[in-house]
Amino acid sequence: MTTTAGDQLLSADGVTVRFGGLTALDGVGLRVAPGSVVGLIGPNGAGKTTLFNVLSGILRPNAGTLTWKGGPQSGRGPHGLARSGISRTFQGLNLFARMTVLDNVVAGADRLARGGPLSMVTGLGRHHRDERELRSRALAALDRFGVAEHAHRLPGTLPYGIQKQVALARACVSDPELLLLDEPASGLSGRQMDTLAEQIRSFRTSMAVVLVEHHMDLVMDVCDHIVVLDFGRVISTGTPDEVRADPAVTRAYLGASADGPDPAADTAPTPTDDGAAR
Amino acid sequence: MTSPTRERAERAPVPTPTAPTSPAGRWRALPAPLRHLLLAVLALTGVCGLVLVTGDLAALRFAAVGYTLLAIAGLQLLVGGSGQISLGHGAFLMIGAYGMALLVLHQPMLPLAANLAIVVAVSAVAGVAVGTATARLHGPYLAGATLILAVGLPGLAHRYHEFLGGSNGLNIRTAGAPPFLQGIVSTSDWRALVVWTTVLLALTVLATISSGRLGRRMRAVRDDETAAAMSGVPVGSTKVAAFVIASTAGGLAGGLQAYVLGTVTPGSFTLALSLSLIAALVLGGIGSMWGALWAALALVYLEVWASDLAGALDLGRDVENNLPVVFFGVVLILVLRFWPLGIQGLVQRLISRRGSSASAPTP
Repeated sequence: MTTTAGDQLLSADGVTVRFGGLTALDGVGLRVAPGSVVGLIGPNGAGKTTLFNVLSGILRPNAGTLTWKGGPQSGRGPHGLARSGISRTFQGLNLFARMTVLDNVVAGADRLARGGPLSMVTGLGRHHRDERELRSRALAALDRFGVAEHAHRLPGTLPYGIQKQVALARACVSDPELLLLDEPASGLSGRQMDTLAEQIRSFRTSMAVVLVEHHMDLVMDVCDHIVVLDFGRVISTGTPDEVRADPAVTRAYLGASADGPDPAADTAPTPTDDGAAR
Repeated sequence: MTSPTRERAERAPVPTPTAPTSPAGRWRALPAPLRHLLLAVLALTGVCGLVLVTGDLAALRFAAVGYTLLAIAGLQLLVGGSGQISLGHGAFLMIGAYGMALLVLHQPMLPLAANLAIVVAVSAVAGVAVGTATARLHGPYLAGATLILAVGLPGLAHRYHEFLGGSNGLNIRTAGAPPFLQGIVSTSDWRALVVWTTVLLALTVLATISSGRLGRRMRAVRDDETAAAMSGVPVGSTKVAAFVIASTAGGLAGGLQAYVLGTVTPGSFTLALSLSLIAALVLGGIGSMWGALWAALALVYLEVWASDLAGALDLGRDVENNLPVVFFGVVLILVLRFWPLGIQGLVQRLISRRGSSASAPTP
């Protein structure tokens, strides 16, 4: 693991988000190295999804900086981040309901098209070649995620597990460098979860992954590094084994013990490894 | 009422998943603009035939179907494509119509094609102005904002009485058929052909947009703005683009209307026009360019039939004036009661019942 921010794919420092009087994130830092899988865990309401929304540009933090491949990342909307190579899935899948599965995935590949606005309006220039390339890429992605047979169905008519694969295909078809997965295992059966773990491990060859997940065995299984959030703060960070052994994590999950009402306040982040968190 | 060739021109934007048999596969391998242009030429030949075998009155009605179709097709792209509801589409027709009339009155030397090009440019600019102002509005708020446009704009004709002619509007005279065609086609026939040529060219562009990357971006924005943004689709500019394209189509349709009717009055661009365009679109079927064709046919011919009916039954003047609206309303309610997806929904159901082999038009 490297230690300087410049070698990181994505680093977030001092990210603070307030909703009115509520501080959802309080000075959170996160480092994602190329080709690594970082798990983001914590009890309900810890701020995981909020951090996710900050990383994907949907939410602008009140304070803090995001560095993407060594450059500043602030001031760009979510579509700008997507075009620069960050892709995400949603807890609620958010598939395009009235578009076919194939069109969903082709829409996900949009950033790879090279034609300008003029070619889009007139259909001239690169447009035809773009369309053909996007379509064949989308078909390949559907094939890779084993849902090619459903290409012409509407997402709403498919079982949940298939829809999840479509959502993954839509996120991966644009060859992102960073993939943000929001609870990819929720609602999956045990066997589907094994497949998912296999898929996440295979992503590592071409992209980095940040994962929000409640299923601990999956997180411990696939992640290189884990960041634990509680009440908007990082309470622990490190390899799966280090996090598992950290008493602060146990306390956060099983409730505060008698010695303190706020377990996060007195727990300094463990300086064991800079690869995953500050 | 419609020729099969004209239907085919509308078919192209709806991608029909057919088995890649070799002629169909080769057809789909052609670039979209070329494919749509070929269909437009086919449709134009059909319209030419129809116009030449029917009389003057029918030709004028064909022309009316033509420009109404263009206006509704633009609205289709906006409402069905990008999910934005505009109640002010009539205002852009008015901009186009008055633009056309003013050009003919003040720059009589300009050829028709130049006038139409200027009308397109002007309505595009108007579309950019309104579209950027309303891009952050959603659903009912956008409908409300565009509603104000439809209510307010006709008032301008009264406010600038000298320039825009007040409630009497402007009357224009445009050239009829060129000399070498005199005796073969009447002025009405010629106008109908000019309208349909322009409309089919514009539809070629609309169909290409709708079936291509921009159309897919619009549909993605319509279905889920957040997911669209995370797929790299610029949500705001996609919405503005849809609005501008729809306004431009509306403006061009208005210009053609002024050209055919030779008169523009504020009374023909009231809120009722905007509302009936939307209602007709719902009747025809939102989501496919085909729906726009049924909508235009319904809008033009239901009115004609209702008037004919009132005349045949020798009803009073008041009844005759209001019967078309009642007639249209009853048809709309009945169609939506039985086919919630409009006429196009019915057509699609019939096609799918006949089996997938019938769903692909063979060129």
